[in-house]
Amino acid sequence: MAEKVIYAMYDDDDVLKDGAKKLVAKGVKVADVFSPFPIHGIDPIIGVKQTRLGIMAFLYGLTGLTLATVGMNYFMIQDWPMNIGGKPNDSYLDNVLAFIPISFEFTVLCAAHGMAITYLLLNKTLPGMPATNPDPRTTDDKFVMELRLSDNGQFSEGELMAMLNETGVIEVDQKDIH
Amino acid sequence: MHKEAAIREPLILGHKTYHQITEDVCKPIEDKAPRMWYILFGIALVIGLYGVGCIFYLLGTGIGVWGLNKTVGWAWDITNFVWWVGIGHAGTLISAVLLLFRQKWRMAINRSAEAMTIFAVFMAGLFPLIHMGRLWVGYWTLPLPNHFGSLWVNFNSPLLWDVFAISTYLSVSLVFWYIGLIPDFATIRDRVKKPIPKKMYSILSFGWSGRAKHWNRFELVSLVLAGVATPLVFSVHSIVSFDFATSVIPGWHTTIFPPYFVAGAVFSGFAMVQTLLLVMRKAMKLEAYIHTRHVEYMNIVIMVTGSIVGTAYITELFISWYSGVEYEAYAFFNRATGPYWWAYWSMMTCNVVSPQLMWFKKLRRSLLFTFIISIVVNIGMWFERYVIIVTSIHRDYLPSSWSMHYPSHIDLGVYVGTIGLFFVFFLLFARFFPVLALNELKTILKSSGESYKNDTAPVHPYFAKNGHSHGHDDHGNTDNH
Repeated sequence: MAEKVIYAMYDDDDVLKDGAKKLVAKGVKVADVFSPFPIHGIDPIIGVKQTRLGIMAFLYGLTGLTLATVGMNYFMIQDWPMNIGGKPNDSYLDNVLAFIPISFEFTVLCAAHGMAITYLLLNKTLPGMPATNPDPRTTDDKFVMELRLSDNGQFSEGELMAMLNETGVIEVDQKDIH
Repeated sequence: MHKEAAIREPLILGHKTYHQITEDVCKPIEDKAPRMWYILFGIALVIGLYGVGCIFYLLGTGIGVWGLNKTVGWAWDITNFVWWVGIGHAGTLISAVLLLFRQKWRMAINRSAEAMTIFAVFMAGLFPLIHMGRLWVGYWTLPLPNHFGSLWVNFNSPLLWDVFAISTYLSVSLVFWYIGLIPDFATIRDRVKKPIPKKMYSILSFGWSGRAKHWNRFELVSLVLAGVATPLVFSVHSIVSFDFATSVIPGWHTTIFPPYFVAGAVFSGFAMVQTLLLVMRKAMKLEAYIHTRHVEYMNIVIMVTGSIVGTAYITELFISWYSGVEYEAYAFFNRATGPYWWAYWSMMTCNVVSPQLMWFKKLRRSLLFTFIISIVVNIGMWFERYVIIVTSIHRDYLPSSWSMHYPSHIDLGVYVGTIGLFFVFFLLFARFFPVLALNELKTILKSSGESYKNDTAPVHPYFAKNGHSHGHDDHGNTDNH
């Protein structure tokens, strides 16, 4: 089903933020904001929640640490204990000092890559994905606010337009998205 | 907007708009490359290919083509390896450590410093690989199941720690760099008109659209990556130093090595950043973004880390005497007065004396002086590794085994070749990639741009009407990223 979307373009991040604040105060729901750089402070205004990727990174790091520990214990202690310089690999605890560097590196490796891959998948930003910004200028110096008519049933299209025009908008565009 | 003290020097000179920043950074990519680029690229390519030729000759003939002998079994290969890894320390330090410390000046230099880091680590990684002699079995350094042989790799060995440290460092730096690049590739994608570049940049930009939620994730990912990359930076060169410090060779067996190597690495890395950026800012007309203040900040880092390195040299000397170990004392006496005295004193002059000149404000704000010192520092840091490695082993325990190391032309070819390849990569980067972090620079424009700091920038008509100035209002964490 086709849905009507209003794209309101601004030429300044602070103007957009000010506008978003005023619209939200009137009960308008802002669906999304497209910007060339992160606009600090916009997230709480339009209701974007703080991402939980940090927790994911911690879990990936923990996985890495576990894998490194299990692996080194198996390779060096269980499967083929070596006697190096008269210091036999009897137990993991006796040798743990030598295993710290790799445990650390592997933790970082898994945390960083796990988080990066999750980030790309969540964003659906992968090689070959099509760009979805409404106007090519939003990656340069323009800022676009997206309003959906379906989210704002209590207002008519005309009312939304009138409210937008008070916020210093420079261009307003309407599209039907499917 | 986060207000910045008026007396703090602006980071972006003159009056710039968001669009102007995009123009300034994208113009050199979209325009035809200047003649000079082709000339430099040609020279670097020829030198690089010569190096590749030397490597093939080495692999085909054997390690004997290097100037190694029974006593000096490690020389230029490991020297070059440590030198390149050291150079590769600045980029991630700038983008990770300085991000955590909220140093906004890093935003003008982090992209190219990280590129430099990645290419330097490529060059570093080449040396242990070719030193294996049989490059094609390089994967034996991975812990593979027993049917590849009867043993696992030795997890007690610092050489294996190095495999993990360097590969983690390289791949994490690459990911960190690329995640920052994605939004900037999107900017170029949305600007270019020609179909082939458009296709290329649209693949590279992964379909980035700049949604609020994506930026929210972007900032957190950058912060967490910086958090994990910070200890990583310090661990990598510590582990490189363990290659030496855990051995029993006099001159290597010292506990001071990890911090001393890390300081040395940062020292040489920043010097390389200076060498490259002083040329790049001129060639690509980025003087408004990378200016005297940035150079001065980096010179201060060079001065501090250079002083740490100098202190470490002197501590080593003192301890070699104070420990009362004759072998240790001899190793250091031999370094300073033996047949390699010239290498030792070159190292001392370049690394201990030259950074001290940075105490003078006039000198550390002089671009020409900085350029010269940055090259001197890297020469000094190469000599440092040569001194540590060759002078420690060329006097073996038995005087009948005493020997000297004379590099062969293949040693020289491989080394110079890696410098060529490094510049091939860096020039390609400067030609096709956004060399400044566009999205980050735009976030500091209003707080650190000159015209915004001295209020000469025009007030946005919307705020002029509604009585705000630049919209400096309440929200907090502006310099989060």
